[in-house]
Formats: sequence, C-alpha cells, structure tokens
Amino acid sequence: MAELPALAGAEERAMDVTRRDFFRLSASAAAGTAVGGLAGLGVDLSPAVARAQALRIKDAKAVPSVCPYCAVGCGTLVHTVEGTIVNIEGDPKSPVSEGTLCPKGAATYQLHVNPNRATRVLHRAPGATEWEVWDLERALDRAAELVKKTRDETFVERTADGRPLNHTLAIFSLGGATMDNEWNHVQQKLLRGLGVVAIENQARI
Amino acid sequence: MPEPMGFFTDTTVCIGCKACEVACKEWNQLPSTDGGANTLSGHSYDNTRQLDGIHWRHVKFVEQFAADREGGRWLMMSDVCKHCVQAGCLEVCPTGAIIRTEFDTVVIQSNVCNGCRDCIAACPFGVIGTNPVSGTAQKCTLCYDRMQVGLTPACAKACPTESIKFGPIASLRRTARARVERLQGQGRTRAYLYGDDETILGGLNSFYLLEDRPEVYGLPAAPKLPSRNLVPGSLWSGLGALLVGLVGLVSFRQRRMEENGATRGEGRRNV
Amino acid sequence: MRLGRGAATTFPRNLTEADCIVVEGSNMAECHPVAFRWVMKAKLRGAKLIHVDPRFTRTSAMADIHAPIRAGSDIAFLGGLINYTIQHEKYFKEYVVNYTNAATLVREDFKDTEDLDGVFSGLKPYTGDPLNGFVGQYATESWQYERAPADGQPAAPGPESPFDALVRENLKPPPLRDPTLAHPRTVFQILKRHFSRYTPAMVERVTGCPRATFLKVAEAITANSGPDKTTAFCYAVGWTQHTYGPQMISCCALLQLLLGNIGRPGGGVMALRGHATIQGSTDVPTLYHSIHGYMNAPSVLRKHDTLADYLRAETLATSYWANQPKFMVSYLKSMYGAAATRDNDYGYGWHPRISGDHSHLPMMVAMADGKVRGMFAMGQNPAVGGQNARVQRRALAKLEWLVVKDNFETETAAFWYNSPEVKSGELKTADIKTEVLFFPSAQVAENDGSFTNTQRLIQWHHKAADPPGDCRSDIWFTYHLGRRLKALYARSTLPRDAGFKALLWDYDRDTPPADSRIKDEPDTLKVLKEINGYETATGAHLKSFAELKDDGSTTCASWIYCGVFPAPGQNRAASHTPDPPGGPDTHLGWAYAWPANRRVMYNRASARPDGAPWSERKRYVWWDGQKWTGRDVPDFPTGKAPGTPGKPGGIGLDAHSGADPFIMRPDGKGWLFSPAGLLDGPLPTHYEPAESPVANPLYKQQASPVLKYWKRGDNELAAVGDARFPHVLTTYRLTEHHLTGVMSRWLPWLAELQPELFVELSPELAAEHGIRNLDWVTIRTPRGSARAKALVTGRMRPLTVNGKTIHQVGMPWHWGYQGVVTGDVVNDLSALVADPNVSIHESKAFVCSVEKA
Repeated sequence: MAELPALAGAEERAMDVTRRDFFRLSASAAAGTAVGGLAGLGVDLSPAVARAQALRIKDAKAVPSVCPYCAVGCGTLVHTVEGTIVNIEGDPKSPVSEGTLCPKGAATYQLHVNPNRATRVLHRAPGATEWEVWDLERALDRAAELVKKTRDETFVERTADGRPLNHTLAIFSLGGATMDNEWNHVQQKLLRGLGVVAIENQARI
Repeated sequence: MPEPMGFFTDTTVCIGCKACEVACKEWNQLPSTDGGANTLSGHSYDNTRQLDGIHWRHVKFVEQFAADREGGRWLMMSDVCKHCVQAGCLEVCPTGAIIRTEFDTVVIQSNVCNGCRDCIAACPFGVIGTNPVSGTAQKCTLCYDRMQVGLTPACAKACPTESIKFGPIASLRRTARARVERLQGQGRTRAYLYGDDETILGGLNSFYLLEDRPEVYGLPAAPKLPSRNLVPGSLWSGLGALLVGLVGLVSFRQRRMEENGATRGEGRRNV
Repeated sequence: MRLGRGAATTFPRNLTEADCIVVEGSNMAECHPVAFRWVMKAKLRGAKLIHVDPRFTRTSAMADIHAPIRAGSDIAFLGGLINYTIQHEKYFKEYVVNYTNAATLVREDFKDTEDLDGVFSGLKPYTGDPLNGFVGQYATESWQYERAPADGQPAAPGPESPFDALVRENLKPPPLRDPTLAHPRTVFQILKRHFSRYTPAMVERVTGCPRATFLKVAEAITANSGPDKTTAFCYAVGWTQHTYGPQMISCCALLQLLLGNIGRPGGGVMALRGHATIQGSTDVPTLYHSIHGYMNAPSVLRKHDTLADYLRAETLATSYWANQPKFMVSYLKSMYGAAATRDNDYGYGWHPRISGDHSHLPMMVAMADGKVRGMFAMGQNPAVGGQNARVQRRALAKLEWLVVKDNFETETAAFWYNSPEVKSGELKTADIKTEVLFFPSAQVAENDGSFTNTQRLIQWHHKAADPPGDCRSDIWFTYHLGRRLKALYARSTLPRDAGFKALLWDYDRDTPPADSRIKDEPDTLKVLKEINGYETATGAHLKSFAELKDDGSTTCASWIYCGVFPAPGQNRAASHTPDPPGGPDTHLGWAYAWPANRRVMYNRASARPDGAPWSERKRYVWWDGQKWTGRDVPDFPTGKAPGTPGKPGGIGLDAHSGADPFIMRPDGKGWLFSPAGLLDGPLPTHYEPAESPVANPLYKQQASPVLKYWKRGDNELAAVGDARFPHVLTTYRLTEHHLTGVMSRWLPWLAELQPELFVELSPELAAEHGIRNLDWVTIRTPRGSARAKALVTGRMRPLTVNGKTIHQVGMPWHWGYQGVVTGDVVNDLSALVADPNVSIHESKAFVCSVEKA
C-alpha cells in the first residue's frame, strides 16, 4: 500500500518466501482445513493454533489466476504446496486490482477447498426418488446418447416453404458467463455443429 | 529492531464490503458461526455482530437518517484489535501467552494459552474471544507471520478502497493527520482521530478516523485498563454493545444482540 | 447501439481521470467493490461522485449527491439531463457537430412521440409466432436518414476481394447534413423537441426525485464536461433489467455524446458486468442470436438462404463492418475446416438457422408447454435465477433429460426432490420423468483458460492444481461429449449429418500432462488458437484482424479476438507486464483487450477534428503529423490524417473522413438518433414498467408498445394502479453473495455474512403495516409470494410520484433451497416480460404487496 516505504516491494518478496528456510509445513496443514459447512462446526483449527510461528505459503508455488466471481477481473495468486491449494489472495501486480479483493474474491479458496463440494457424478433415473453415484465415463456416454437420440428425432432440415433450416429446438443449452471463453467457444461450436440453436447464457440476465 | 507497526482505518472511505473479514478468515483459516448457518441480526448489514475468537475483523454499520432524510449518513467501520501500547490483556495473562512483538503489536500464542479467559474480561474493547475449536483465546495477530516476511496483513491488503492502511505508526499518523486536515478543509468538520496519540491507553497501534462520537461506532470514549477498573459490572454498563461474554460466546449472544439494539439509539437522528 | 460496439467504452482504472462520476443503474460499491476502488481514488483527487438510485446503498454512502428516484424511471431522469444540457446550451458544440449525427437530416415521414403521444411512426400489430412474445412491432423505414438521390454507379475500382462487389451493391448515397443544426429535420432539432417536455418539474413528477437534487446533478455533470473536463457514467443491471433496458443505456450514451465525453480519458460509459466472463460469453457467443464477433446468426426470418444472401443482408458497405465477408468466411473455415470450400459456400449450407426468439424466457415457456426435451444447465441455475422461477422449475419437470454441471448440487439439479413445488405436494417426485445427470466441476484454479472482464480485457488463469474426485473442467466435458458424438455419427451417410461430420474437432494435447492425473484434459491453447485465427495452409497464427481474407485462406472463429495469440508461446491474455510507475496508466502490457488491445474505444474523439488534443489535461490519443499516437492503441487507421476527406463511392473506412471517430458506424458518427439497431424507437422515451402503480405522466402510451410479454395463467400482470399491489418492488445483489448463491451460499465464510433473506422497508411503510424489524413478512405479486425477514431502514424512503406517495420495497435475490444457508426464491415474484431488443426481463421494477406473515 502507498503508506509503506519501509515495505515497498514486500509483495514481490513474498515470492522469495518459497526459497527461504522456514519451518516445514506439515502435510495436514497443506491439505487445507475443513472449514465448517453443512456438517456443522467440524473444524480442524490446528494450523491456526500454530499460526504465529509458521507462514502457510513459505514453500508454496504462486500461480497467477483471475477471480471467478464478477467481471472486474481482479488478479489473484494461487499458492500451492505439492499440488494442493493452500492459499488464494490478490495479485499485487495486477493493474486491475493491485492486490485487493472483495469478500467474494477473498473467499475463492473456499470455492476450491470446501467439504460441501460435489465430487461425484450423480444420476437420477426417471421417477426415481434418490440419486445414484455413476461412473464418469458411463455418465458421459449416456449424455451423448441422449443428445443424439433427441437430435435425430427432432432435427428439421427445411422450412415448410423449402428453405434451409438445419436445426432442432428440442435441446436447450444454458450457461456460460461464469465459464472460460474457450469453453464458450467449444460449447457453441459443438451445438451449432449439431444444429442446436437454443444456446443461452447469463448475459440475458 | 523494526519500527512499531499498525493500522490506520479511515472510516470515511470504508464501503462496508467486508473483504477484510473474509481475507482475515482465509489467511488465518478461521471457521464461521455455526458453519456459516448464521442468523440475521437485523442491525443494518452487520451479521458478524462482534469481534471474538473466530471474527478478528468486524465491519460495523451505523445508519443515521432523519424523517426527512436530509443529510442522511450510513457510517461503516472495520473494527479490529487495537494493539494497545498499554495492553490490559497482556497485563492480566497468567501464563505469559500474550506477548508484545518486535513490531510493538500484541499477539496471543495459542499454544501457550490455557483458555482462562482473563484477557477476555480485561480488554476494554471487547476484542478477544474463545475460539470454540481450539478452546483458547484468540484475536487479530496483525498477521504476525506475514509481517515477519514483509507481507501486508491480509485485511489491509484486500481492502479495495484502502480504508485499512498498514504501516509504521509514525508514518500512518502523518497520513492520518493530513487526511483530517483535508476533510476539515472540505467542510467535514466532524472528522477526528481516535487513538492516534498516547491519551488512549498509551496509544493505539490500530487507530481510526471517525466522523461522530466514539460511542456511535461502539468504541469507548475513555477506555480504561483493568487494573484501574476492576469491577466487571461497570465494564458492562460502560461499554455497551462491544463487550464480549465472560463465560462463552453462545450464552451471551442474546444479550449482546439486545445491547446492539440499544446502541442503535446512539445515532443522533435514527428513525 | 449509438456508438457501434456492445461493450464498455472505457476501463474502471481510467475513472481516476474523471472530474465527475455518475453511478446510475448500479450499486457499484456493493457489486463491484474493486472497480469502485478507482472511483474512490478519483474522489480523493477531487472528483464529484453522484449516485442516482431508488435506495440509499453502500454506493450512496460514499457519494456527494444521492438522487433518489423511483425504480424504472431512469429515462425520465436522463431525459431531464439531456433537456437541461440543450436548453442551457451546455453541450460540447464542436464535438457534437463533428463527431455525432446531430447535423444529419431524417426523413420527412418520421413522426416522433411528440406527434403521436408516446409512440413513433411505423407502429403496427405483431403477427409472428406468439412464442416470440412481442405485443407490437415497428416498421423502421421512416426513421432513416434523408439521402441525396442516387447518382449512378460508383467508379469502378481496381483489384478487389471476392466479395467486394457484393459489398459495393449495398452502398447508399450520403445522408444530407446541415452543420448549422438549424434545419428542423436535423437530428439535433428533433432531439430538442423530443426532450423538451422533460423539464425539472416533470422529472420530479415522474421520478419522485426532488427538483433541487435533480438540478444539482445537472449542474455537476455539465460543469464537469467540455474540452478540459470529463464526466463518466457507470451502470449495471439496474439499467438492463427493464422492458426498455437498452433504451436506458442508449439514453446515457446520447447524453455522453452531447457532453462530448465518449472516447476521452475520464469519460465514457462504463458497463459493469456481473459474471467473470459475461463479456466473453457475449463475444464468444453462447447466445442464440449471434455468432462470433457480433455477427447475426443466420436466420430464416431474413433472406439468408445462401452465403451471398447472408452477406448482402448483413454487410454494411461503409464502416469497418464492410469487412464482414472476411469475418464470416474465416468463421466458417473454423467450423468446417477443409470441407469448407468456395464451391460449397464454405459450408454455409450446413450452418443452422434460427427461426425466432430462442432465448432463455421463450425456451422456458416452450419447455413448460412440453416442447423441449433435453437441457444443459452448466454454471447457471434457472431454478433460482430464472424469472417467474416457479414456471421455470415446473418446466424442468417436463424435460426428458437434464444435464447439470456445477460446483455444488444446485437448486436446478435438485428440483425433482427439493423444490417448493415438491415440498408442497404440487409435484410428486415419482411423477417427474426427467432423467438427471449431475457432473461436478473443476474450479478456476483447476484448469487453464481465459475470462473477458468488464473492460473487454481477456485475462488468462493458469491451472494450479488438479480438481478433486470426478470434478472436471467444463471444456473437458464438452470436448469429450463432442468426441463421443463424433464417434456415434461417424458412419452416418445422411446429408443432414454431413456438417457435423465435417466439424473441426481436435483439441487433443500433443503430449499428456505430466503433472496431472487427468491425462485427457484438452489443450486449451489449441482452442485459443482457433479463436484467434491462423493461416489455413500453414497454421501460422494471425496477428491482427486486418490479415483476415474472404477466400478461405484464413481460419478464424472470432475476428474481434484476433491478435490475442499472435504467435506460438505468445498468449497475450497471459501477458503480465503492467506500466511502470509514472507510465501512461493504460497498462497495454497487462492482458489483451479486444479490439486490437484498445483500452478506451473511439479514442480518436479524444482529439479535435484537426488531431490536436482537446486540452493538455485531457491528452490521450493525437495526430503527431505522421500518425496517430498517444497513451493507448488508436481506435482509428493509424496513418489516416485528420484532414483526409471521405472517398465518394468508397467502401469500408475509405468512406469515412479523417475526423470520423466512430469507425463501426456507417457514417462514422456517434448516433444521437438511431436510424437502425433498436426495435423500440430511434430515441429513448419514458415508459412505465410492465407493472406500475401509476399511469405514465408523460404520454398516453403507458408501457413500451413493443415489449415482450408471455401471457399465461401462471404469468399474470397487475393492472396499472392495482390497489392489491400498491408498492414498487426492486431486486438486487449484495456484496457478500453471488447471483443464485451457488458460489457463495455454500461457502461458510460468505454464508455467515448475509445468512438470511430479508426485505428492506422504509420505517413509514413498516409502520403502515405494523411491521417491526426482523418480523417475518410476506411479499406477494400476481405470480407468487415469498417470505422474508423485515429490515426496516431509513435508507428506504417513500417518494411522491405524480402527487401520489409511492413506497419502494427492496429484496436481494440470492437465496434458494440448497446450500449452507437457504431462503425463499425471490424470482418467484417476477414476471416473464422482456425488452424487445435483447429479451432481457424486468426484475428491477414491478409491483407487490407487503404484509406481516
């Protein structure tokens, strides 16, 4: 911050922290703490207990990233230790945000490390009252099968007066503004390639 | 020896976003009230309610609106441990868990704390609380771990409007006084500094620019050390909303809420 | 629509150079706190901050002036500012005469709302498919410019691109102009008449904003505009979510053109978007109506049968859009690769056509009627976020299949067992025949990719860690779904499958990632290369959209993104070189802004017609005698001298002079009057929202005559002034939550900050109904009801509108029935009504009742 002649460049030095000879970070701390959630208060605070001594990012790699919430596009640094995310904070180099974040951006860590996070593929059969855990490949095969069947049964090649149409209106794709540009490209390309034209995202919200 | 370090919080540029609260929790890996399943306080946009063992930053909201809405204000302030030069908590700690660091900040070493709660009672600002998971007293460390390697504390770094400024106390005081002068020059004559000199507990290493009486922000006008104010009952009456419970968080929540309600009347022109 | 590109003209950091900032249609401090950082810096430098909003919010708390207005009355307020600017001759005359269409003449048969009591000439009944929702439509012929009679064929040009002759056919004679602005049919005089009834007294009557407050705003913005000063406007969905949303935004652009604030530092119209890549998903369009780079989707509603038909119908002969054949052919090459040849119209015949409005609302209406069989909901949660969400949840139960991909088990994924309709017994789980597949997602730090932010900046995020369990990136899902479909169609010989078989679909990594357990993650850089474009024959990356060809020799999905990846190893979205201290503060080395890395669009207007800066203080881009130069990439042909005349009969930018800054407009001018592009009028006009407690005080015409409304039993609207629903309801976001809460209500750190749904009521309204703070309150509309806790606050205030006291009620809409904290779905209250241009719904102003629960 502007107030800090004594600490000018401090954020850059943080990168050097990875090279410093600090305490070794325990694997349990690096794994990220469970932080409450639907299960209630089941929280392991042991890393915080020792906080005054250990710096969580001392052996961490800092990977530049972007906040996934609103469209301001604040720069973030994702700190990882042995491939595990241990911290996410603002990137001081970003001229968009200069290291600052809003509360959502500051919570990005918990978007990743969160006991409430879904990690299994679920399937619900027609009329079923429960989810069933499915294998990822099987679920993707099923999705492809459903798309093909619906497309083939509803594809319209020409209008009543014989003009080219090449589409189906029986499949609707919704979403995109929170995902990557590259995904938006392949999603609309795949769907338009198939003749699915009802493609929409949050831009209309 | 490093210079004394601390926070200067300019409440006139606080937008009440609570980035400081979350950045603090993220860095210090603090849990949430009831795993996040908190309740609405009804006190403006403040649902954090107080500083305690799992809330080391707390953004307060004070609404001041007259019936005709003329000159209405919504004051916001990010509260935190004051890192007092004369720290009551440090004085009363029987185990030596509370230390003064080389940065002149006050830190509770959780691995030494025995959870006796004496410091909780001793703090005139109601800053400290028991972390229900560790069972020890906890509060802001001014990110001691970050400071040791030259990093800005998480809250000050995140603050989008630089309401929370971190740095050497001497430099912060110069900045703060210049800011007050400027605001005065713009006709904002109520602007003043709270805790920037030794009149309050020898000086607060976290001090504030305010635009109303301290009580409006839930700050004591004349905080005292426990050695000079031993009767807990008088603490209650003197400090209102900000006092932290002596026997645990949950049982005192209701009482605090009521007192929070009471302090809403402090705003001169509340409707 | 008035300027030429659908994006913010400036960037938040540049707001520090503003002398005055007006935030309207946005609660910027709340919803974009880090963008607001720059507003606060401007304020510390002495800029004035104005917030025009129904509520006193965190933004108002920082403002020098808070102007309270009735939700939905912004055009009356802005129209008042326009009228003030014209009546007091505070407009920037030299800018207006040279850079806008103020001097252009409009056809004699044009009739204004002044002539027709609230509607424009050309209004007629809508006769198309009711699913499209229109209640009326305009024929726009009479809104066109008056032009000189055609004087024969333009001079025969030299060697040309294949489609140049076709482009040339679209040339029109130049419009007539009167630079004195005196002719009664000049745009300026029409404007003056149109806005003359928007007096301060009328502004107060319509908006409820006290006249004195309005005048303070008018004085501030006019005092802070001109050669030496600039005023910026910031808006968000407070302007888009109305049945006349685009007109609000265009009204602001109109005012900013009059004040000379477009294309200049500290000026502009800053659109604040709400999702990480809402700009990107519009540029790279997962939107039915457009294909890459803002080209219209081929449609059977226009003459689009062949490629030549499409280009003839879509290409403007003058402006940069004259290059559309190059954009389109390069796009088709990115779709169909080697199978796209000149002989088969580059595969255009395979490309699907749209046949109506296939946007969110009509698709959900069709789904509710059982006409949609399958759906993907990826990173979007219509069970909470959709308007009249009850209709949308019931529609999901009519699907045969639903694929949901998200980070948490959303309300949309769980609709079949946990929705209010199931809980109430209205729907039974066993009767819901929808097959549901839920795929868990990787998060931002778990895969490579780019977002385009609110300032058009394409920024790369690098993968830092593998996602857990079966979580996969979205691109992994779509790529592998596509590969499976390719396999399923591989043996088809049906002509209708030929296009899909030809579709280019190869994003495999050349070598599997060593540091990941997910070996089949696609190569995101191959996707970026296809978006950026390459030479078809060699695969060499394109460096600029100026290199695009209309003969198939270039392949490029998105012409506007061309340049983001100019060479292997040079991903400019990942470029991380900010300006050094004391630099130009445009940070051209940080990421990549479309188009061509320009940070302030139309920046030719930051210089006088002769190329010199308007003032030293507002220097930005200027002519140095040889070329355009300055702090930014010039949004203009760099070698075109200020004095260059427009070429008679020229196509593309040749038709524009060296003093025409708006290169995407056919006439090179900023449009004070829009002869094309808007379906609901060439000028903004105050209409009441689809639901309003008052009759329109300005005109006989109550609401937009061409708005969209899907009339159904479960989508009733309250009549004007219906005593059962006397209050104005507005919905909004909080800084602690994101949208439907999928990315916030599951995070304990955020959930605890705003744990419960509340309704904001003024003390006056609360007293009327005997409601105390924290009481449970029921809010009703003709569509549904919601329960919320009362937050009684002086930040809400009753307003006097047309002599009547109007109470406004505010509700955030982040809650649903899944997550750490839950609450009623506020969108159950809103209606399926929309703007005619872009089919965006109206959730910022409708009517409700309030009672103690």
